Amino acid sequence: MLHTFAVYVDNKPGVLNRVSSLFRRRAFNIESLTVGHTETPGVSRMTVVVDTDEYGARRLEAHLYKLVPCKRVENITAAASIARDLALIKVAATGEARTHVMQLVDVYRARIVDVSLESLVIETTGTEDKIDSLLEVLRPYGVVEMVRTGRVAMARGTLPARRAAAPSPQAPVAADTGGDVSHGSV
Amino acid sequence: MKLTGAQILWESLVREGVTDVFGYPGGAILPAYDAMLGYPIRHVLVRHEQGATHMADGYARASGKVGVAIATSGPGATNMVTGIATAMMDSSPIVCITGQVGSKLIGSDAFQETDITGITLPITKHNYLVTSAEDVAPAVLEAFAIARSGRPGPVLVDITKDAQQSICEVDWEAARPQLTEALDEALPGDGDVRDAIALINAAARPLILAGHGVMLSGAEREIVALSERGQIPMAVTLLGIGGVAAAHPLNLGMMGMHGEAWVNNAIQEADLLIALGMRFDDRVTGNLKTYAREARKIHVDIDRAELNKNVRVDVAIAKDLRAAVEEWLPHVVAPGARAAWLARIDSLKGDSAVRDIQNLPDDGHLYAAHVINDLWRMTRGDALVVTDVGQHQMWEAQYYKHNRSRSLITSGGLGTMGFALPAAIGAKIACPESEVWVVVGDGGFQMTMPELATVVQEHLDINIAVINNGYLGMVRQWQEFFYDKRYAATPISGPNFAKLADAFGIAAATVTRRAEVNDAVEAARRLKRAALIDFQVEQEDSVYPMVPAGADLHKMIRRPSPIVETAAD
Repeated sequence: MLHTFAVYVDNKPGVLNRVSSLFRRRAFNIESLTVGHTETPGVSRMTVVVDTDEYGARRLEAHLYKLVPCKRVENITAAASIARDLALIKVAATGEARTHVMQLVDVYRARIVDVSLESLVIETTGTEDKIDSLLEVLRPYGVVEMVRTGRVAMARGTLPARRAAAPSPQAPVAADTGGDVSHGSV
Repeated sequence: MKLTGAQILWESLVREGVTDVFGYPGGAILPAYDAMLGYPIRHVLVRHEQGATHMADGYARASGKVGVAIATSGPGATNMVTGIATAMMDSSPIVCITGQVGSKLIGSDAFQETDITGITLPITKHNYLVTSAEDVAPAVLEAFAIARSGRPGPVLVDITKDAQQSICEVDWEAARPQLTEALDEALPGDGDVRDAIALINAAARPLILAGHGVMLSGAEREIVALSERGQIPMAVTLLGIGGVAAAHPLNLGMMGMHGEAWVNNAIQEADLLIALGMRFDDRVTGNLKTYAREARKIHVDIDRAELNKNVRVDVAIAKDLRAAVEEWLPHVVAPGARAAWLARIDSLKGDSAVRDIQNLPDDGHLYAAHVINDLWRMTRGDALVVTDVGQHQMWEAQYYKHNRSRSLITSGGLGTMGFALPAAIGAKIACPESEVWVVVGDGGFQMTMPELATVVQEHLDINIAVINNGYLGMVRQWQEFFYDKRYAATPISGPNFAKLADAFGIAAATVTRRAEVNDAVEAARRLKRAALIDFQVEQEDSVYPMVPAGADLHKMIRRPSPIVETAAD
């Protein structure tokens, strides 16, 4: 199953390489990885999504802690959390098609951020599901170009999520509106 | 007082208690070498930088201190890679210092520039690229702290030439390492102590598996106390040899691919395995699907990432071994029922005495087992033995009974041929009072034999037993068993080792019959300088018993009985 880790690291040269090298060396496949600054100067936060089982996730967490620049690891897979992806989608749309696309953009509460004679650029934020779904309905109009950030995630509430119990198949999925639109609400 | 980066390097080493370093100079490390003359440190000039890392490793394993190796940039640094990987796999604390081209040249493919921090990233605990004199002391001091803390291992510090040359003021107080304790206390691996004790006290057929961690943690006495109090027999891994005295009645001996058959059978019949400072390597488990299926398992290792890696366990404890076992000791009881288990193991033992090639009458053949057994007898088991990798390594583990901790030094995890001679140099310098014997095959010896010159230049009294069978023996054995005796590239020639030793100024003898072993070993021991003995042993002998790679642990290939004539006959 997919596991999501929030990894806090020193913001120093080469740290991304150390983290990604660890995944490669231990034969874990990264589904997505994002890095950015945090509220603390000098500390960066990575959101890493990995497809592995529960034992693999635990081992990965232990390995991450062995990296000297790694300060904290949270496995927020099972915790109530918010996960978001941002996508820019360029769609070929002229004439009547353009109106249809703009309506779809409206339904998904996405935004049009660039307009040219042959195409529109749409910006959307939400869960991977929501973005996948938007992409699906845009595809017939001709998706010319697309870029996604990959998942960023954060636990809800004030406490770090890392003490949450290990994930069980029965665990209820945390309520997540998936951004502005609920899953499948289109 | 202002110092150059090079002076700060040596000052840092002195402050870490370093008295000996192993290295080889070159362009990018020249400023450091120039500054070295002002500091009270013995520098051992090696003949190849791989040797420097193995020496630092051997020094660390023999003494428990951090070993230090130094090399220049480029090829000097890349030559260290094998030694660093060896130290990583066997949790040996070493610090490698490399010179680097000037910081302005980095990335330009300058002469002798190489990205050694990139290259060694997966085989070090951590590494540093230091580009200013101000950063030298914090990096070096932190490198030592990392190398020796937790699960020990290698750390590399790459220092640019301009960082060595420039001058700065050092605030030693501020330079002290400030490693934040990882906030991982809630991670899996905090198995309940009570669960462990309950399992131990309830077990009818428990077995302790003792690994290298016993020595790294200094838990030698605690393990024996646990074993004696609970009447729990012990088995050791290759790197665990010496952590528990071979003579201890509850020590069954080595487990795994070439371990004792009764030990492997006991593992398969046990109802509880207490794994202490070992990591369930594939060479000790065989087929994981059939490994110790009867047994509940307790695993203690200081490295969390080792827990539930190869073998799923019932109680996983990430902790310093000594502290963990100390915590158990007051609660451990010995149920009377263990007598039946110990008797069962005795009966397993009785059934596997066939291996005793050492008891064969002298029929003119010289077996490696004879040599090792005689060496053990004549040194009263007190020598510090450093072995290479291959058949001789397994025979040493089987026939030399080690009673002292850190008295066997060998490359386990990486299986690095060429390790023995340089590692023995490091061990001898760490423990000058110890009688040091190198046990090495003719193949591995030819990989690093130029270090004989280092032995002579440093006036070291090291004895070298070359177990010479004219083959890359272990590979030949696999070809015999699994590749239809097609000996591709395993016959190996070599020089006349006695003449070679003589050319280096080392006393030498050649032995071809068992009757000559005693005198040759005695002569080498009496001599207060280095000696080499070329033992020309049976060419196509094999190591028994053997669990083929990936096979079930209890399905061992046993020595044919009665012992068949080897293929040479």
